[in-house]
Amino acid sequence: MSAPPTQPELPAQPEPPAASALPARPATWTGRVREAAVAALPPEKLLPESQPTYVASWIYVFGVASLASLVVIVASGSILALKGPAWWHYTGVGHFFNSIHLWSVELFFFVMVVHLWGKYWMAAWRGGRARVWVTGAVTFLVAVPCALTGYVSQQNFDAQWISTQAKDAMNAVGVGAFFNLTNFGQMYSYHVLLLPVAVVGLVVAHVLLVRRHGVVPPIPLASSSSGPSDGPRGASS
Amino acid sequence: MFSNMHAAVLAAIINLNHPAHVIEWHFIKLSVANVVVIGLMLVVFALAIVLPFPGAARRAAARRSAGGR
Repeated sequence: MSAPPTQPELPAQPEPPAASALPARPATWTGRVREAAVAALPPEKLLPESQPTYVASWIYVFGVASLASLVVIVASGSILALKGPAWWHYTGVGHFFNSIHLWSVELFFFVMVVHLWGKYWMAAWRGGRARVWVTGAVTFLVAVPCALTGYVSQQNFDAQWISTQAKDAMNAVGVGAFFNLTNFGQMYSYHVLLLPVAVVGLVVAHVLLVRRHGVVPPIPLASSSSGPSDGPRGASS
Repeated sequence: MFSNMHAAVLAAIINLNHPAHVIEWHFIKLSVANVVVIGLMLVVFALAIVLPFPGAARRAAARRSAGGR
């Protein structure tokens, strides 16, 4: 008798993964927020060690110059807020910090405008960066009343003159009923809390979006076929 | 900290004790101080485009030799 034919050997089937091996979706909202944040901005993208070659240009310096000015504005403004709005009128140290605050604001707007011009002519909204552009533009718009409420918080004749002139403009556009420039308490609250929080929040969102999408490359020359394009999001290094 | 003497010296250099000078052109009315700042911003913008950034060429060469962008 011959031996019974053996069954041909089938290729091994992969074992279905155990339930425990699958990446489990976090059960809590904090876990889900963490996973979404890490997916959107992994650590190497959030804090990169290098930038593309095209970033080595003076025109790319003005964004970080705006950030540096904002840090000085917030620091000097915090000292002025701690000592009260009249402090700078009767002490030399107060006058010094008030001047630091004023000139850092002047510098902030100076470098922010140059940054805005540079990004406008680079068409910095290319490559899916519309939100980067919009947050930057809105930051500029919110920073203007933030500075102007500072002028009416000086507690001197200059502040009185500005507030009584500007109230007519506010009334003319219909916001004077709830934005009263002759109300010092309201203007001071706007200047030291509400508008700075908005500016800082917008700047944080702007910087995180730049990190996510990468610094916008220059527009390639028409004859150049190998220059940097606005390319895929995040192709920044 | 500025003493009164320093302030007096600066005040002697720049006389600010007069109404602001303004430039008027049709409906546009700007103080000279603002026009100077706008002019400075334009100059800085132009310089930022044309001036070479320190180390840019060296970095570009290093990236090229490493095969990166």
